[in-house]
Amino acid sequence: MNNTFQLDGEEIPFTPGQTIMQAATAHGSYIPHLCWHPDFSVHGSCKLCTVKVNGRFGSSCTMEAQPGMEVENRTAELDDKRRTLLQMLFVEGNHFCPSCEKSGDCKLQATAYELKMMSPHFDMFYPDRPVDASHPDILLDFNRCIMCGLCVAASREADGKNIFAMGGRGLLGRRVHVSSESGKLADTDFAATDRAASICPVGVILSKRRGFVVPIGRRTYDLAPISAQVTEKAP
Amino acid sequence: MSDTDMIDAVLDRHHHDGTRLMQILRETQEQLGWLSPATLTHIAKAIAWPRAQVEGTADFYSFFHTRPLGRYRVLWSDNITDRMLGNTDLLEAMCKKLWLEPGRVSEDGLVSVDVTSCTGMCDQGPAVLVNCRAITRMTPARVGEMVGLIRSETPLAEWPAEWFAVDDNIRRKDILLAHDLVPGQALAAALERGAEKMLAEIKAARLRGRGGAGFATGLKWEACRSAAGHGAGAAHYVVCNADEGEPGTFKDRVLLTSYAGLVFEGMSIAGLVVGAKKGLLYLRGEYRYLLEPLESALAVRRDAKLLGKNILGTDFEFDIEIHLGAGAYICGEESALIESLEGKPGRPRIRPPFPVTHGYLDQPTTVNNVETLAASCLIAAHGSDWYAQHGTEKSTGSKILSVSGDCERPGIYEYPYGVAVRQVLEDCGASDCQAVQISGPSGMCAAEAEFDRKIAFEDIPTAGAFMVFDETRDMFEVARNFAHFFAHESCGFCTPCRVGTTLVRNLMDKIARNHGSPYDIDELFKLHRLMQGASHCGLGNTACNPIFDTLNKFRPAYEHRLMSLDYEPAFDLDAALSQARQMTGRDDAAAHLKNGAEA
Amino acid sequence: MNAPMSPPKKLRVATTSLAGCFGCHMSFLDIDERILKLLELIEFDRSPLTDIKHCGPCDLGIIEGGLCNAENVHVLREFRRNCKIILALGACAINGGLPAQRNHLDLRDVLEEVYQTEHLLGRGGIPNDPELPLPLNKVHPIHEVVKVDYFLPGCPPSADAIWKLLTDLLAGRTPTLGHGLLHYD
Repeated sequence: MNNTFQLDGEEIPFTPGQTIMQAATAHGSYIPHLCWHPDFSVHGSCKLCTVKVNGRFGSSCTMEAQPGMEVENRTAELDDKRRTLLQMLFVEGNHFCPSCEKSGDCKLQATAYELKMMSPHFDMFYPDRPVDASHPDILLDFNRCIMCGLCVAASREADGKNIFAMGGRGLLGRRVHVSSESGKLADTDFAATDRAASICPVGVILSKRRGFVVPIGRRTYDLAPISAQVTEKAP
Repeated sequence: MSDTDMIDAVLDRHHHDGTRLMQILRETQEQLGWLSPATLTHIAKAIAWPRAQVEGTADFYSFFHTRPLGRYRVLWSDNITDRMLGNTDLLEAMCKKLWLEPGRVSEDGLVSVDVTSCTGMCDQGPAVLVNCRAITRMTPARVGEMVGLIRSETPLAEWPAEWFAVDDNIRRKDILLAHDLVPGQALAAALERGAEKMLAEIKAARLRGRGGAGFATGLKWEACRSAAGHGAGAAHYVVCNADEGEPGTFKDRVLLTSYAGLVFEGMSIAGLVVGAKKGLLYLRGEYRYLLEPLESALAVRRDAKLLGKNILGTDFEFDIEIHLGAGAYICGEESALIESLEGKPGRPRIRPPFPVTHGYLDQPTTVNNVETLAASCLIAAHGSDWYAQHGTEKSTGSKILSVSGDCERPGIYEYPYGVAVRQVLEDCGASDCQAVQISGPSGMCAAEAEFDRKIAFEDIPTAGAFMVFDETRDMFEVARNFAHFFAHESCGFCTPCRVGTTLVRNLMDKIARNHGSPYDIDELFKLHRLMQGASHCGLGNTACNPIFDTLNKFRPAYEHRLMSLDYEPAFDLDAALSQARQMTGRDDAAAHLKNGAEA
Repeated sequence: MNAPMSPPKKLRVATTSLAGCFGCHMSFLDIDERILKLLELIEFDRSPLTDIKHCGPCDLGIIEGGLCNAENVHVLREFRRNCKIILALGACAINGGLPAQRNHLDLRDVLEEVYQTEHLLGRGGIPNDPELPLPLNKVHPIHEVVKVDYFLPGCPPSADAIWKLLTDLLAGRTPTLGHGLLHYD
């Protein structure tokens, strides 16, 4: 059999060892995701990329492609589940888009647009989360953190620094730790040029003095929906 | 000795090895009471780990404290069985006597009182842990005495010894608990047979995992045996999963108390079969008190040449080390357990690869339940034909049940597989039984109509918990207790479980406050459907089981609490004005809001 | 021969701004001349545009803003009782928006800071006139208190998005917003 599988009826080629997500992305097909990034090892936590393979649910970022697989992706059933997952992420943090510099360039927001999320649906948690402005060039606003682990991976795998680690347990405890006794970013060797400084899919890690430089209407996802911007060279 | 010297001594004992971080943190905390930021920095440097990673482990586990929680830390086991034995009132009484709010530390830094997940003393509750030491059978009198001992800062070693007594309460023995093997007998038989034939015997006996899932033990051992080790540290490992965290389960505690030799011997047999020289027993932190007796039992076996090099005069080499957990239910999941053994937060790994090929330190590892390993001794000594005569065709051998709740004789009951639920209820003296929660919150809730069903992999599989509820019990409150348990124990890694378990808990609390409506019931079903398919591991996949089961089988327990409206807020609107009322001193009509139906 | 057609019954629409800034209403007015076409299909009940003080039976109630005080709750409930369909318009109605950014503070601290620590503002202490609505401990989006049928996010939603949503609703279609119309900012 060919090294191809079906994604919503479309034939997707793959090389053995590739995950469904990798093959789909290489082919330019969009599977919603937040914690996956082509440059870093798989995390598999957001579950937005959940697909149905031969009738069973699974994460397309961890599941290896197999010849002849029939993969359901953008079905109403799966998009409903994804919308609910997005709503969970929106209520567990403090996501006030109008006052966020990342708005328009935010993957969480763009994915929610793509999946037509009209409301958070659940009761809001309004958690009390810290902001760290100690670093001269970088602001950390954990109100927006979705626990994707990309900053951890980028700092470890690209920067070789291990500035961040995921810690804590459960909804209230889960957090990103900064590697210093004070917990402040200024007390680490983090630099604005680090890959981890530009990896955050939401507005947690922001470069100072760069807010709102791109006018509304010309930001990443003003130009085209996230599903139309599939590329292996993700930002 | 200064704090730093003390920590250094611990670090030396563990060779500054980061994979031993759990033990380093535990031993440090046992001496210093908590893990301060400076302590974590010191440890991180010593083991050459990023500090954030050390902190990530330290604040993952319930029993590690990254802030001071008092010189006496009292944790009340809060399983539904403890609730049924009155733990709530006792906790309240204790807090009142100590002028303390649950979860807060007294101002003098002396004491804190809080709740924790089931500590595995369901047949002798209400139970507490004081500085991680188990105490059973709490009574109002004991609460009073304990408060006195805390106030006078009496060391735990001087507390009444009988408080720390933990009974086996073995009520029914079958082939395992009534075994007549002498130490070394099963292992000698296994060595006589050789690894391959021993494996064939396990497969022929059709032994299946006792942790609940029922995976064929022979297949697991075979997969581990045939997997190659990787790199410089190439090795095979046997891990005994004694992280008995499923609420209502306590059979492993009894096996490790009175049958530890059998468990160690089973680990050795597994080591022989898979080609491992090292076994690790992961003991849940709640069973800390078993550490020293188990270490002594290991020493005895080493002296008897049943562990170490040249076991029983052969060239077989195997030894066992005990690792303690620190209060995290998720570590019962085998890949999370392995993460914990490596010093990390107990986060289930992405699978495949499975532990049998890439487990502890990325090497082939077989993780087996305490009871499974013990049972393997029977097969080694008596052969597969003998073993397979017991139980049913698909479920050979026996199963140990941990019976608790509304019955006259709670405790340990061993039956051949295939025993009917009704039989167990009769034997334990459960009259007027309304429901049985089998295999804990993640298992199933059996109603009267199902009492003729059988305990067996092909009918009702179980890890062993058997919690009995009589007609007076409110099954909604049972389910709500379990919802709180899962929200507390979710590791927080994946979105559906991290947020979903809390949403479910909040909905159950909303219904309990009589703020619920049919809308909320629909929401519970919706969350169940999402979490069951999309979660990263079994915790999230099964977290809604008790809700789903009770909604289907005990619907009136929910419905009588619902308001006869389409939709209700989760919070009390009038109470939402309380702070403004207090600050303005107003109490006029406009300073109040009516709730729900009155509005 | 054509029987004189009676004009179709106009749908009654009520609007209000709770804990909002009226920005969503301003954006609504930005539909400009399309409002004439809209007025062929609807008539307004209670709304800042009509100055009618209480809501009668309506087909559609449009709510801007979240709930920050007792009066907001009364108005929202009046709308829910009288309107067949409730539309949450804009960020504040949907997730609390800007006013909800006080939610990580204790209300007592907020009142103290504003009226007691800052003595110039306070004068006579914390205002306690019964005419004044009491603030809620926390700001809530409206779906936490009543059932909401439709949501249109945005701060504010654009006039085009409001127009699209309303025309879809009036035509009996399930409202859908394509790329560019659905915005949270």
